[in-house]
Amino acid sequence: MSDINGCESCPAYKPGNLIKQGINMSEFDFVVALAGNPNTGKSTVFNNLTGLRQHTGNWPGKTVSRAEGAFSFSGKKFKIVDLPGTYSLLSTSQDEEIARDFILFGKPDVTIVVVDATMLERNLNLVLQVLEITEKAVLCVNLIDEAERKNITIDGRSLSRELGIPVILAAARQNRGMPELLNAIFEVASGKYKCKPHRISSETYELKRAVEKLTGKVLKQYPQLPNARWVALRLLDGDQRMIDAIKNGELNELYHPVSQEQNQVIET
Amino acid sequence: MTMNETKNANEILNLADELRWEIGEDFHDSLAESIYADAAKIASVVVVYEDKKSAYNFDRTFDRIVTSRWLGFPIMFLLLAVVFWITIEGANIPSGYLASILVDNFHPALKHFADSVGVPWWISGLLIDGAYLAMAWVIAVMLPPMAIFFPIFTLLEDFGYLPRVAFNMDNLYRKVGAHGKQALTMSMGFGCNAAGVVATRIIDSPRERLIAIITNNFSLCNGRWPTQILIATIFIGAVAPPHLAGLVSAGAVVGVALLGISLSLLVSWFLSRTVLKGEASAFSLELPPYRPPRVLQTLYTSLIDRTLFVLWRAIVFAIPAGIVIWLVANIYIGGETIAAIFINWSNPLGILLGLNGVILLAYIIAIPANEIVIPTVLMLTVLVSGLSGIGGGSGVMFELDSVEATANILHAGGWTMLTGISIMLFSLLHNPCSTTIYTIYKETGSVKWTLVSTFLPIIMGFAACFALAQLWYLLG
Repeated sequence: MSDINGCESCPAYKPGNLIKQGINMSEFDFVVALAGNPNTGKSTVFNNLTGLRQHTGNWPGKTVSRAEGAFSFSGKKFKIVDLPGTYSLLSTSQDEEIARDFILFGKPDVTIVVVDATMLERNLNLVLQVLEITEKAVLCVNLIDEAERKNITIDGRSLSRELGIPVILAAARQNRGMPELLNAIFEVASGKYKCKPHRISSETYELKRAVEKLTGKVLKQYPQLPNARWVALRLLDGDQRMIDAIKNGELNELYHPVSQEQNQVIET
Repeated sequence: MTMNETKNANEILNLADELRWEIGEDFHDSLAESIYADAAKIASVVVVYEDKKSAYNFDRTFDRIVTSRWLGFPIMFLLLAVVFWITIEGANIPSGYLASILVDNFHPALKHFADSVGVPWWISGLLIDGAYLAMAWVIAVMLPPMAIFFPIFTLLEDFGYLPRVAFNMDNLYRKVGAHGKQALTMSMGFGCNAAGVVATRIIDSPRERLIAIITNNFSLCNGRWPTQILIATIFIGAVAPPHLAGLVSAGAVVGVALLGISLSLLVSWFLSRTVLKGEASAFSLELPPYRPPRVLQTLYTSLIDRTLFVLWRAIVFAIPAGIVIWLVANIYIGGETIAAIFINWSNPLGILLGLNGVILLAYIIAIPANEIVIPTVLMLTVLVSGLSGIGGGSGVMFELDSVEATANILHAGGWTMLTGISIMLFSLLHNPCSTTIYTIYKETGSVKWTLVSTFLPIIMGFAACFALAQLWYLLG
């Protein structure tokens, strides 16, 4: 049991540092988005961090609109936004649009992607899409207890290396991995951990060339845009929302933040 | 935006158009493919499956039973019946207990206190006989069944049973041209129609979403379960042998719930053939693994989030409704109270529908919340049938410490088996409550579809009750 004590005395393990603030979101230092496939336990993670009791249920599609809450950790205040579960960010149903718009235009400081450990491969599709949009992300491989029950082993370190972001193996229902998750959120938000996100690499040659060409053009116009490649991908796909964002200059505001930056969330 | 920015924006869009021609139509698919390929590559490195059997087998076997072609539906109905049976059997005693505390003892004490300090009769009438009694009644009638029904339902949900229900129902909904996920929003409607309407956001196609919104009202909501349970116990359970009464009443409630599901299918079919034409869209539904429900946590959240939340809402609506009831029962126009005038006027229409004027007035007063229908009905029945010795004055909701007492009042009010069945039918088929109507308006943004959702069920309710009553009179 001595190694457990060792964990608790380590500075990285400081659950006592967590102050659950419920819906008290007056001022905050960082915005955290919570994304993931349906029914992977996002709302459970959300409740764990905020102390709120957002209703959870064992079926996909429980959360259909954004829920917000707050917590503070290591002296910093975090606002956390629980997004509806989505299988991808490529299609256009209303719940997926809410999630995508927030990650893209809500400019979260950290995006936590919650995945189901028992279906990692399928869930990774969304992770890769999120990593196309944002640099700062943390992967929470949830339901690891169920994976263990099914004799599935997940190598968190290799996964972290492949994706270039922190990976936490967790079982939110039992509170497992939550201190580590908090720590990872803090390190990414504060810039202590530099993410080197995986970018989609298996495209065909023509696709790659077209994306590069358009990305270059977008970057020329918006030199500081962090996710120019994603913008290019969506434009090639004929995504009306993105075309409008270019037309009406909304994209411009992404890196010329308006004064009341903290209130800059998309109305849903 | 400046001129220059507009020019640049156009340049970007033009280039995108050009490139889109070059890479061809299958861009979306080939991008998706490359994402899948990357995901597979990474997963192959980090995931090790030691043994694909064991726990996974349990889920598979279990699923094969609860979603099987022959057993799926019977198991579903059986589970539903068991939940109601537990609710009916379990709620009776605490209900009586609450009524005896809040109504039998506390109400006279309050009245006595008001008299002793000299509060004018109309103020104590309005507040104590109207507002307080309505609230006390709602607590006594609503709290016990909700405190039993919700936790059981939530445990089933937590266990992972709901998606199996959706899986079973999917085929039916697709056949009628609606979205399979409508089965899920329908299940949500069993809790609260307003919540069910919001839940339709999981349906991507606007056509199918509209169908799901319009038909959500056919799911009996928690405001209507207690009505169904109480009336079934009094009028249907009573004709069965005593030891079977609970089961028979539960069966009747399940019957009404099934009728609701059938009607939602029928109306969906009608809509998708006429005003909302189109093909059902395909979707994939994951059957999540069964998870052992966290019993304590579930009890806690379902009590706080659902039971108390719904109860609070009922109380908030019951207080003004109690005041309105007291007023209509105490304001006289030409020697008769407003309530009596309306009831006498609408009684012929009520009889035509197998109901009566009291029920019609109660449904008007209860538009804000279905929860207060039964208290209102009882109070108005006492008023018009001139029962004496109960409650002590017009506009007063009286002491009813058992189901028998309620039954006596309804029988005295001229209720028959037909009235009981008709009100169960009408409770299923009438306009949504005002909260749901507002939610429908917010979700659809359309006055037209809000009106359709409001009036379609009530027209169906009138038609169904009329048909039943005429048949009953003919055969009776």
